[in-house]
Formats: sequence, structure tokens, C-alpha cells
Amino acid sequence: MKQFFLDGAPVPFEDGDTLMAAATRAGHQVPHLCWHPQLAPSGACRLCTVQVDGRMTAACTTRASEGLEVHNHTPELTALRRQITQMLFVEGNHYCPGCEKSGNCELQSTAYALGMADMRHDLLMPQRPVDASHPDLWLDHNRCILCKLCLRASRELDGKDVFAIGGYGAHTQLLVNAPDGRLGASALQADDHAAHICPVGALLPKRRGFAIPIGQRHCDTTPPPPLPQDADHGPT
Amino acid sequence: MVPPEPSPSPAGRPLRVATVSLAGCFGCHMSLLDIDERLFTLAGHVQLDRSPLTDIKRCGPCDVGLIEGGLCNAENVEVLRAFRAQCTLLVAVGACAINGGLPALRNGLDVGTLMTEVYANNRPGLAPGSAIPNDPELPLPLARVHPLHEVVHIDHFLPGCPPSAEVIWDFLHAVVQGHRPQADPALIRYD
Repeated sequence: MKQFFLDGAPVPFEDGDTLMAAATRAGHQVPHLCWHPQLAPSGACRLCTVQVDGRMTAACTTRASEGLEVHNHTPELTALRRQITQMLFVEGNHYCPGCEKSGNCELQSTAYALGMADMRHDLLMPQRPVDASHPDLWLDHNRCILCKLCLRASRELDGKDVFAIGGYGAHTQLLVNAPDGRLGASALQADDHAAHICPVGALLPKRRGFAIPIGQRHCDTTPPPPLPQDADHGPT
Repeated sequence: MVPPEPSPSPAGRPLRVATVSLAGCFGCHMSLLDIDERLFTLAGHVQLDRSPLTDIKRCGPCDVGLIEGGLCNAENVEVLRAFRAQCTLLVAVGACAINGGLPALRNGLDVGTLMTEVYANNRPGLAPGSAIPNDPELPLPLARVHPLHEVVHIDHFLPGCPPSAEVIWDFLHAVVQGHRPQADPALIRYD
């Protein structure tokens, strides 16, 4: 079987595998927000950036090849991933103290795992209206990280086409494919894959917030993995 | 960026610490008090300067300034700048100081509309003729709530709403010992 090396550990792969797919299957953890094993890769979040032959590249879109030396756990990558996470935080309104996804949010656990204590940049404070038109679901665009998981899940798993990405640059945002552009008039249903795949608190079920006691949420029960040795924990 | 080394407190001189709440809820100060009997240990090493817990009116030269709350009005900005001028190590304590916190949810609304809604507009419960307070004694609200680091340089951040007593103790303990404070990733919470 062919193999590449992740931080020195051999990882077997099949033809066509990405670094991310093979590493995940072998039980390794590469940080990511926009990748999902059932969906085509997107390369949007950049958190799975690894070093291959001295170059930074996204593990989710890079094909595995024989004997490749891949670094996933270095102080440099931790610093880079922390900066990416800070950019995601300042881009939206991530006020965790009032978010019902807090404790079970993948953006938040990513930041915890990177030892992120501050925001570093000025906040953009977007003011996009909340869409509460759907009977069972609601959408806060100000928490959306544009991972496109809902878009891809709707298209690839549900056979629907509920979401799209529109706008350019800093004005890019998630669009709903409906005559009025709102969830309530779309084909989205509460049991769709797309309705459950949001990694943050953007697309949420109605009437089910704050259901898990503090102490039993993901972040309470799963300590973050250790940071690479001489990583700077300080305010970077 | 590497945070500056706090000046280690020389033997015999207690660490001078000032604290203040800007657009805060005083919850971070309560979390500081949650270190409980360790406050007595701390009292042996720390001298409080201006703080809601003392009667000192102006912040003097300090080793550490602990600031909770973001910036929501003109007086907040003035006090923050005074703290920055006096404190070697300025610390943003809690979610509000770090990203504006829940008070920043007002940023989606026009501040004039907000004031009118609360103080005027014939709102039920208000006496007839009630109007937005306009005495110059009162600090004007800013158009938006801001985190501290958008106005002055911040040396250290203690996230949480509020940060746990453990996080605050770890920080103060490290500074009293003359070490560079370093966040324990396992204790970081934003909520």
C-alpha cells in the first residue's frame, strides 16, 4: 500500500485520496471547518493548511502521493491557523456568551485548541438581518463563516439546491434559493442534512437552544489537544 | 507579537494593580472575587490603586491595569487612555473588553433611535414630556461599542464572560511571581 508521512507517521492512502481524507481515515486530526467526509472538498476555510516540501497547502484539496513529507503540527502552523481563526472571528459577530451553539461550535473549539485569547484585528461588525421565516429553522448571517457545508449538503446529499454564495469580496454572503430569498419559502426541511451540518451558530433549529447543561457540552468534555512545543500562546 | 515582560515586583514592594469597569457589568470583578480566600494571599503581594474596590479616584502609576467592559461612551475612552498611560501591563478582562461583548449587539441599531426608544417616544411608564438626558455632565454615547484594542495597545487578554476565577488567579499569580503570564489553553472559554 502507498503511504505518505504526517509529522513522521506513515499514513496509507489510495489513489485519488486527498491528504485530509487519508489522514482522517487513519485517525489523525487535521484542523478544519469546511471539510466533511461525505462532501466534495471546498478549500474555503484554510485551517487544514499543512507544510509540504516547505510550501503551505490545504490538506483537503491536495492529492496524497507516495513518500510525501507532510507537517501538520508545528508552531508556525499553529500561529498561521490562529491568525485565520482570528480573521473569522472579527469578520462576523461571534458573541459566544449569547450564542446557543457555544460549547458545541467548531469555530469556537478550533479557537480554544489554538489557544486564541484575543481578536487582534478591528471588528467588522456586520449587520445583516436574521432570517426567521422558516417554521423550524433560523439563520443568523452574522455568524456564517461561508464554509458552504449547507450549500454542498443540500446539493450533494439532499438533492436540493437551497443555498448559493453571492456577492464579492467582503460582501460575500450565503444566499437562499427562494423567490423572496428567505428560508421559509425555500425547499429546506428540518430533517435535511443541510439543516444539521452548520459547524457554527448560523443555521440553527428553532426552540431548541441551551438544551445541554454547561459541563456536558463538547468543549467541557473534550480537552483541546496539546499545542506544539514552543508555540507562542501570547496575543498574536 | 511577544507581550512585554512585566516588571517583576522587587522584594518588599507590592505589585500595584488598578482595576476598572467601563461598559462592563461588574461580572469580571465578581469573578476576580471568586478566587475566594486566595484574596488574602494576594493581599500580601498586591496593593490596589484605583478600583471599584477602593476609594482612589484617579489611577496612579501601576504595574498592572485590569479592565473589564468595552467602550460605549466618551468617559470610557478617557479612562482607558488614562489607564494606558499609567499601567505597564494593560489587561483586557472578559468578552466585552476583548470584542465588545453582548453590549455590542447594539451596533446594529442607530444610537439616537435607541435613546429615543428608551427615554422619549411616549414609551409606556415614562412621565409625559420625558426626553433624552442632555446635561453636559453626562458622557455622550459612542455611535458603536468598541473593544479596547481598537483604541489603545493591550498587553494581555483574559477571555470569558466572565473569565473563570482560575484564569484570573493564574494570571495574577504569574505576574506576582515576576513571570510572563501565559494562558492555559485548557482554561480558555469565551462564554
